[in-house]
Amino acid sequence: MMLTKRALLAAVATVAAAGLAGTAAADKMYGPGVSDTEIKIGNTNPYSGPASAYGTIGKAIQAYFDKINAEGGINGRKLNFVTLDDGYSPPKTVEQVRKLVEKEEVAILFQNLGTPTNTAIHKYINAKKVPHLFVATGATKWGQPNKFPWTMGWQPNYQAEAKVYAKYILDNQPDAKIAVLYQNDDYGKDYLEGFRAGLGDKAGSMLVSELPYEVTDPTVDSQIVSMKNSGANVFFNITTPKFAAQAIRKAFDIGWKPLHFLNNVSSSVGSVLTPAGLEKSVGIITAQYQKDPTDPQWRDSQAYKDWNAWMDQYYPGGDKNDVSNAFGYSAAQTLEHVLRAAGDNLTRENLMKQAANIQDLELPMLLPGVLVNTSPTDFYPIEGMMLSRFDGKKWELFGDVIDPSKGS
Amino acid sequence: MAIARETDAAAIKIGGASVSRTRLLVLVAVAVLACVLPFLVSDYRTFQFTLALIYAIALLGLNILTGYNGQFSLGHGAFYAVGAYTAAVLMDQFEVAYYWTIPAAGLACFIAGFLFGFPALRLEGLYLALATFALAIATPQILKYDALEHWTGGVQGIVILKPDPPFGLPLSQDQWLYFFTLGVLAILFLCGWNLLRGRTGRAMMAIRDNPIAASALGVNTGLYKTLTFGVSALYTGVAGALGAIVIQFVAPDSFNLFLSVTLLVGLVVGGIASIPGAIFGGVFIVFIPNVAEEISKAAPWAIYGVFLILFMYVMPTGIWGAIRQAYAWLVRQRAA
Repeated sequence: MMLTKRALLAAVATVAAAGLAGTAAADKMYGPGVSDTEIKIGNTNPYSGPASAYGTIGKAIQAYFDKINAEGGINGRKLNFVTLDDGYSPPKTVEQVRKLVEKEEVAILFQNLGTPTNTAIHKYINAKKVPHLFVATGATKWGQPNKFPWTMGWQPNYQAEAKVYAKYILDNQPDAKIAVLYQNDDYGKDYLEGFRAGLGDKAGSMLVSELPYEVTDPTVDSQIVSMKNSGANVFFNITTPKFAAQAIRKAFDIGWKPLHFLNNVSSSVGSVLTPAGLEKSVGIITAQYQKDPTDPQWRDSQAYKDWNAWMDQYYPGGDKNDVSNAFGYSAAQTLEHVLRAAGDNLTRENLMKQAANIQDLELPMLLPGVLVNTSPTDFYPIEGMMLSRFDGKKWELFGDVIDPSKGS
Repeated sequence: MAIARETDAAAIKIGGASVSRTRLLVLVAVAVLACVLPFLVSDYRTFQFTLALIYAIALLGLNILTGYNGQFSLGHGAFYAVGAYTAAVLMDQFEVAYYWTIPAAGLACFIAGFLFGFPALRLEGLYLALATFALAIATPQILKYDALEHWTGGVQGIVILKPDPPFGLPLSQDQWLYFFTLGVLAILFLCGWNLLRGRTGRAMMAIRDNPIAASALGVNTGLYKTLTFGVSALYTGVAGALGAIVIQFVAPDSFNLFLSVTLLVGLVVGGIASIPGAIFGGVFIVFIPNVAEEISKAAPWAIYGVFLILFMYVMPTGIWGAIRQAYAWLVRQRAA
C-alpha cells in the first residue's frame, strides 16, 4: 500500500515539477461543488436494468473514495461521491445528470457509464461547461477536444486497440494478407476504421478480404470459408462473443491457420474460448491494458496485494474475479491524481486543465508500461496496450506495450 | 362523466356540457397553478414537471384504451417509441420544426395503433396483454435493425437540438418546453374529455362492460375497438414526440419493456377510467422513484415497491378515486 501511494505521489511530483500552471497552492479558488472540506463528484451507473452487471464499477469507485476519505481526503477535502442509478436508460440519465449538475451542484461528472447514456448528455454537459471526465465507454467519440472540450474518455478506444494490432502486423509480418470479419454496426466500423488508419498506405495492398456480418445472422461460417479462400494469412476478428466463438471454431475445423487477432471485447476465456474449444483457440492474440486480477502471475506483486487488501477492507461484497473492480479502482486513481494536481485551484476550468495534462501516470493495476497520458489536444488517456497469446489455458502476455499514439 | 351535480344550481355550459361552479373553480385554480409553477421552481424541477405532463398525456392514451375500453396493453412503450422516433427523424433528417413533429407523430401512431388494433380484435384480456407485451420487447431490437439505421442511427440513436422560446419570450428553454407541453396537454385533455363524455365514450364503455350487450344495441364493436386503439396510440405517440424533444435524444435503450410497465403503473396509481388521474399518474412516475432514491440509495426499487403497495392499499381506486371519495365524504358531512 505504501509503495502505491509513493508511486502516485512521485507521479504528482513529476507533474508539478514539469512546471504546470495552477498546481501551486497559492490561492484557494473554488468552482461549484467544492469547499474547504469537500469535493462533490457526480456519477450515473446502471445499478438496475439490463446492464446492471457494470454497476459494480460505481461501487468500486465509491469504495476507493472511502479509502481516500479514511486516509484524510485530498488536501484535507473529503470526496463526496454522488452516484445515481440510470438503469442504462438515456432519458433517465438526462434526468439524473441534470439533478447532479443543477440541484446537487457537483464539481465534475466522473466515469458515467455507457455509450447511449453518455451520448444523451454530451451536448448538455458541454453547454454547461462541467468536466465530464473519464467516461466508462470504449467509443472513439469521447476524445474530441475541439468539439467537446469538457468530455474525456479513459479506457483505450476501439480505434486505438485496432491500431495496436495494425502496428504489430506492420512490424512483424510485412507480407501479411489480411482478412477482416466485422460486425456491421458502429462498433465494428469503429474498429475497422482504426485498423485501416493503423495500416496506413499499406491498407490497400494488405487487406485482401473485408466481410461484414449482421447481428441477426445465424452463423458466420460462409464468411470464414470465403476468407480462407482469399488466401489470407492474417485474420482480424472484430466480433461479439457469440460470433467470435463461431469464427474460431469454423476456422479451426476447415483447417485455416492464420495469425488470428481477436478484439478485446470477446477475449473472455469463459464465455468465448471455452465454447469455441480451448484447443481450437491456441495461438489467438488479443490486446490488454489492465492486470487481470485472476491471472496468477500478479499474485505476488505489491499492486495486486494492495488491490486485494482494498477489496477486503472497503468492498468486501465485491467479486474479486470481476475485472470491473480493478477497472473502477484504476479509474478512481486517475481522478485522484487529477484532484491532487489541481491543488487548491478547484475551479472547473482548472480541473479540466489538469485532466488534460497528465503525463506518464503509472497506475498499479494497469499493465506495466501502460501509461496514462493526456494533453490539450489528446483526450484519450489510455492508448497503450500489450498483446497476449492464448496458450490453451490462459492469456500469456508477450512483447512490449504498443502505444499507437507514439510515432510509428 | 361530466354530469353536473343537481344540488349545484349554478351550472355553467361549456361546449354543450354543463360544468358545476365548484368544478370550474377548481379547474381555473389548477390552470393558474400550472402556469405559475415554472416561475417558482428551478429549471431542473421544471424539466421534471414537463416530464410528468408528458407521461400524463401517454397515460391518458393508455387510459382511453384500458380504462374506458377494457383492452389491456403492456406495449404502449412501443407507441411512445414510434412517436419519439418520428419526431427525432423528422427533426434530424428532414429539418422539420419541432412543433410540426407533434401532429406527425400523432398521425404515425394513430395508423400504427389502428393497424395493431385489427389482430388485437381477436384477443381478449390476458392474451391481448401478451400480444402487446411482444410489441414492447421487440421495439428496442427493431430500432437497432440495420436496414433502418440510416434514419434511426442504430444503437447510437439520434441527438436533437433543444428548441429556444419563440418571439424572444423571456423564458428559459425548460420553461418554454413546459408551457409548450402544457398547451399540448390542455388540447389533448379537452379532446379526450369531449370524446369520452359523448356517444363514442358511452359506446367504448359499453364494450368494456358488456361487449355482447353493446353489439346487440348496435355498437360496431370491431370498429370502435380498433379506433380506440388508434386514438390511444395517438396520445401516447404525441407524448413520445414531446419526450424526444425534451430529452433531446432518442436511442433504442430508451424504450425498453420497463417503460411500458411504468406506464401501466402510472395508469393504475393515477386512477383507472379517469381523466385527471393521468396527471397524478405522471407525477407519480417521475417523482416517486426519485423520492425512493432519496430514502435509500441501496435499495431504491424496494422502497418504490413499498410505495406502490401502500398506494394500492390506501387508495384502491387510484389517487383520483381517493380524491373523489374524500370529496363525496366532505359533501355528506356538510349535508348531515
